[in-house]
Order: sequence, then structure tokens, then C-alpha cells
Amino acid sequence: MSNLTINVQKELLRQPSTIALVGNPNTGKSTIFNALTGLRQKIANYPGITVERKMGTTIINGVLHKIIDLPGAYSLNHKKADERITYETLIGSYDHEEKPDLLLMVVDASNLERNLFLASQVMDLQIPILMVLTMSDIADERGIRIQSQQLSNVWGVPVVSINARSKQCDLQIKQALVEQGVATPKPFQWNPSKPLRQAVERLDREWLSEHTQLPERARPIEALRLLAEGNFEDSFYQYSEEGKAKKLIEELQNTLEAQGENPTAAEVVQRYRFIGDSSEGSVTKEQRDEQTLTDRLDNVFTHRVAGPVIFVLVLLVMFQSIFSWATPFMDMIDMLFIEFGAYVSSSLPAGLLNSLLVDGIIAGLGGVVIFLPQIIFLFLFIYFLEGTGYMARAAFVMDGFMTKVGLHGRSVVPLMSGFACAIPGIMATRTIENWRDRLITIMILPFMACSARLPVYAVMIAAFVPDKRIIGFLTLQGLVFFGLYLFGIVMAVGSAAVMKRIFPTGKPTPFLMELPPYKWPNISSVVIQSLERGKIFITEAGKIIVAISIILWVLASFPTYEPTANDLADMDANRQMSEQMLSTLQLNQSYAGNFGQWIEPAIEPLGFDWKIGIGLLTSFAAREVMVGTLNTIYSIEETEKQLGLIERLRSEIDPETGLPKYNLATALSLMIFFAIAMQCMSTLAIVKRETNSWKWPLVMFGYMTVLAYFSAWITFEWANTFLLG
Amino acid sequence: MLLSDAHVYKKYEVKHIQGDELVRIMEMGLTPGSICEVIRRAPMGYPMEIKIRGYLLSLRKKETDAVEVSPK
Repeated sequence: MSNLTINVQKELLRQPSTIALVGNPNTGKSTIFNALTGLRQKIANYPGITVERKMGTTIINGVLHKIIDLPGAYSLNHKKADERITYETLIGSYDHEEKPDLLLMVVDASNLERNLFLASQVMDLQIPILMVLTMSDIADERGIRIQSQQLSNVWGVPVVSINARSKQCDLQIKQALVEQGVATPKPFQWNPSKPLRQAVERLDREWLSEHTQLPERARPIEALRLLAEGNFEDSFYQYSEEGKAKKLIEELQNTLEAQGENPTAAEVVQRYRFIGDSSEGSVTKEQRDEQTLTDRLDNVFTHRVAGPVIFVLVLLVMFQSIFSWATPFMDMIDMLFIEFGAYVSSSLPAGLLNSLLVDGIIAGLGGVVIFLPQIIFLFLFIYFLEGTGYMARAAFVMDGFMTKVGLHGRSVVPLMSGFACAIPGIMATRTIENWRDRLITIMILPFMACSARLPVYAVMIAAFVPDKRIIGFLTLQGLVFFGLYLFGIVMAVGSAAVMKRIFPTGKPTPFLMELPPYKWPNISSVVIQSLERGKIFITEAGKIIVAISIILWVLASFPTYEPTANDLADMDANRQMSEQMLSTLQLNQSYAGNFGQWIEPAIEPLGFDWKIGIGLLTSFAAREVMVGTLNTIYSIEETEKQLGLIERLRSEIDPETGLPKYNLATALSLMIFFAIAMQCMSTLAIVKRETNSWKWPLVMFGYMTVLAYFSAWITFEWANTFLLG
Repeated sequence: MLLSDAHVYKKYEVKHIQGDELVRIMEMGLTPGSICEVIRRAPMGYPMEIKIRGYLLSLRKKETDAVEVSPK
């Protein structure tokens, strides 16, 4: 069983190579990736599908290497899109990913057997490997000691034990790569039974080698899968002569059964048997009766009553903190952009170019950058909670409730990601294997208050909700903010319950969710990932926002208004008033003004005027454009002092009544509208791709717009009657 | 008996897995002969949390119905 002759390779790292990280979810794989690459990461979707490709670079001994963080998987039986990518990349037949030269096989020491299951499949593929053991401290706490040398002897690959939470975990890995090197494991080290081995060989020889383009080293794994499953349903290769193969597989299955093997179970059972037997020499377990940290924390966090209560509290604290911590940063950014705009405005000659730079570009950029603090704080929370292991508990505690409303415990994570942005959330629904559960999750996901709504909420709350303290650290502003998030959740739950009745039932989803041990996350990894999200927001949303800000500036600035003789006479009498009036007249008769005024009658019952009307239309491109639009509109209506948008909204006077134009009722109505309306073409585009039809994005846009209109209407009437009347 | 009828805090030996998802279930370590301990149930009764091969796994009724066990 033991394999003392390891064929160690150290020269691989002397030239630039591609290193892939492989492992189960929750093993610290991402932490290692972040430690190795830092901010030298490139995160984008794989073409055609919605799984994120995480690529980065690292330098080992002066040589630059590529690092790929492959999606976490429990098995290579490739049923889900992300597992397929891992499998296809490993066998080198995925068009959109480089074939890795060597692998870092990440293995959780506290959960060795299940981790070695995937590792044993990966090792069958004969790629040079360094096995990286993580979470030894948690294993220690449970009385598990792993002899790395023994493990290395059993599997024939070098093994290094690291602490993924330490700042130097990248150095530990680099040192191991240089000193211990990597080794190519031999296939079938897990001692498959003779009948199974023969069946694999026959399937390989008589069919896979002739009729598929699979590389030789991938064929045994494929043969095992076909023997177990016996179907081609989720096969991504075009097989020729399927009929012949089916007959052969059936024959082999029958032979196996005759020899006393269950063809479906054989591979899994035998791998686990070998792992169990072989770990006897390399793992020592002390029987410990006292509860571990995880046991004690779970007694509270997954408690029948306390669990759900804590979950709601976690959300409450999260959103209150984001709101209060982000504000000083936002004020600072706001001020910087106002100062910068004023500086540019005064140092360039007045005119169209000046206006374009200051009112179009700088104001638009300011509208993007200002919300970076909130986005980063939100993701700090999300990644932190994920890193602690709490997110899985949230799914466990909520699953009972989620299934009641037609969702899935796994819907919680995408839905929570939806708090940052619906787009990654909708992409994350890929982990829900059942189509119906997934579709319902996608259809309600935009109700989760995404970060693009934060700008609108933040401006409206700061401008119109009194900054009153309620209890302790809770303010009325924070409470309204939380209320909006809760409202989105309630709408989501209600819609899901309705859709559950309407949408046809499908095959129920297998629910096998791991609850990883609680641990203190690697903070720098949490920070890196949050900054990466910020970067994605700036580069991807930012482009659209700035572009639309410029288009809007054009729409608002043309056709240019020619002052009449009367206007000029007025200007002589009262210079300041007339300039404001001129700007208003300019905007009124611009393309944008015409557009806003055209839809004003339709949105008047909601308490919106034509300026908000312009914002509603432009914000279809992205919700946060609303604020950019208002910024641009009000920058063009220059007052003597450049006030921030919040001050400007508060001081806006209705010329007919002489009263403030916007009040609490308008603010609430607008926020409710934004909580529900499908004001985001990027979301619709991703839904089209995920559902592969225009039907679902159209249904989504339709039902959400109708729901938003009536909810905002009711809110406006209610607020006017009960809050202001 | 089925895992669904198992009691919290008790240990069971996995006997047999049935149903369409048996490979997925076994891949998570629930192979015949392995020992699992029922840790708790979620607020609505399901999912059920078990300890298997030293880690914590949660399963819904559909999955616990697919696992045949005997008291250990």
C-alpha cells in the first residue's frame, strides 16, 4: 500500500507555469488563492456560462506563475456547471481555461476522509501535485493528528501542512513548492477491486478510446462515472454510437453485479474504503468527549428559536453598521469631488467644454466613487461571515422556512449576495441544481436590496428622514434603511409563494449541505475579496454610469436655450435669480426635460415630478444612475454655492406652491418604487442568459414594474395621510 | 429504519442508500458501513444535521428518507 518512491519534480517551477488550486468548498482554497495573488487578480465570467473564473499571478523564486482558483467541488462527477469546469480544466479539455501544469490539492485536515475522496479522483488524472493540508489547528482541537509523511507515502505526492489564517501562508506554500516540489501520482492507488478494474479497462478499450476525444488519462474517470450512472444525460461530449455504448455499459454493469459488486456504488465505496484503511497509519484520533468550539457555538446559532432570531439580528447589525460607517467616507468623497469640480470649473474658460467636464464627467465619476464605501463594507461583512462558517448555518436555519415559500436553503446565499448586486446573486443560483427552485430564486432575487439601490436610499434617507435616536445605537434613519431591506425580503417571499403555485413542479433538489467548522477568517483574504468586488463595481458599473452621465449631460444641455430680451432685463435686475431661472428654462426645454414632462402625468400619483421622471428612465440602465442623473440635473442648475445633492433636494422649492418640492412622502414613495421596480437592464440581460430565453426577463420586468407602481402609489397616499396629514 | 426516524444524539450505522441521488449522498461520505450521529434538527424539523466521517452535514427529508440505518 505504501509508496515510498515518490517521483519528485522540482524543475517545473523554473519556467513560468500554470498552477491550479483544487479542493472541496470550505477548505481555505480561496484564502490561499488570495494570499498567493494579493490584488493581482482577474475575476471575470467564463464565456457562455456564469461561473466566475479567478485568475491571478504570483512570483516564486523570481519566476512569474499563473494561479487559477478552480471552483470548489466534492467530486469529479461533474453535474453542476462549476464542477464541470473543474473537471474539464483538469483533464485539459476546457476551451476557456489553460491546462494546469501542476496542482495545489487543498485538503482540510479536520475533514480528511471526505477531502481525500476528491483528492483520490484528482490523483487518478496524473497531474503533478503538491498536497496542501489546511485547518490542522481545528483537527488538533478534535484530537486528530495527521502524519504528513505517512500521508505522502500512501499517495505518492509531497504533503505540506499550512495555516491558512497566518499572513505567511503563501510563503509556506512557495517554500514547499521549492523544497518539496511536486510529484505525479499513479492512477488507481485506491486499489479498485478486480471486477471494477476490468470493467473500466473494457469500457476504455472498447469504446472510450475509439469513440471519444477524451485524453487517455481522463478515460478511467469517465468510465467509472458511466458505469455508476449508466446514462449520458449530463455528458458534455458528443458521443457517437451511443446505442453501442449503452449496450456495453449495461453488459458491464450486469457482469459487475454477477461478481457481487453494486455498479452504482462500487467506485465511491471502494475509494472511501481505501481512504479509511490507509488513514489508519497516518491519522491518530484521540477520543475526546468535551464539546468543540463548533459544537458550543452551534448550540446557540442553530438553536430552534435563537437561531432565526440571531440571523435577523445579524442582518440588522450588518445594515446599521454599513450605513453609519460608510457615511464619513462618503462625505469625504463627496467633498473631494465638489472641490475638484469647483477647481476645474474656475481654472478653465466657461463654456460647453467646462460644463461637460464638470457637470458631465466629474459629477458622474463622483456619483460612482461615492458609493464604494458602502459596497466594500457590505462585502466585508459577507466575506467575513462566509469565512467564519456562519453563512452555512444561516442556510441550515432558514431552509425549513425557505422550502415553505418554494425556495431552497441554498437560495439564502444567492439571495444574500443579491444584497450586493442581483447579477452575482443570479449567477450564484447555479449551485441550485433543481431548475424550478433556481428559476424562482432568480425571479425574486432583484427584490433583494442591491448596492445599486443604496445610493438612492442613502440620498433620500439622509435628506428627508429625521436623524433621531430611537433606542441605543439605532436611529430612525437606520430603521428606515433596515425596513427597506425587510420590505424587499417580504416582497420576495410573497412572490415566491405565488410562483410556487404557478410554476410546474420538477424533480426535487438533493440537499446536502456541509456545515464547516467555525473559525476566525483570514482577514486579509476578506479584505482582498471585498476590494476586488469594489474594483468590479467601479470598472463594470462605473463605465455605464459615466457614459450615461455624459449622454444625460448632452440630453440636458441641448438644444441650448437662447435667452430672450425679457430674461436679460430680469438678469440685470436680479442676477442670481435669473441665472437659476435660465438654467431651469434650459433644462425644461432640453431633450431630457421633454422626456420627463412627457411621462410626468403617469408618475404624478406617486408624488414624482418630471425630474424624477428623467431619473426613472435613465436609471433603467442601472439603478445607481438615478443619483448620477439628479447630480447632473442639479449641477447644471448651478446655484452660487455648489451644494451637495442632499442639500439641493431639501431646498428644492415648488415654484407654484412655494413649498418644498420633495418631502418624506415623496422620498418613501421613491424608495419603495426602487425597492421593487426592475430598473436594471444588466439584471434582465443576465436573466436572459441564465434562463436562455427572453420570456423570463420580460415576465420579470412586467410583474415588477406593475408591482412597483402600485406599491409606490399606496405608499405616497399613506404617507401623505398618516405621516404628513 | 430510515435516517428520517432517527433520534437526536444517537449513533447509527448506514446500511443502504436508495433513490436517484445515491451517488451524491455516498460521495459525501455516507457509504454503507459508515457511522453517523444525529446532531440536531433545524427549526422546522428539517434539515437534519448529522456528523459523518468527522464533519457536519445537513440533509432534508428527501435525503434522510433515502438512507437506511440501524441503531449502533
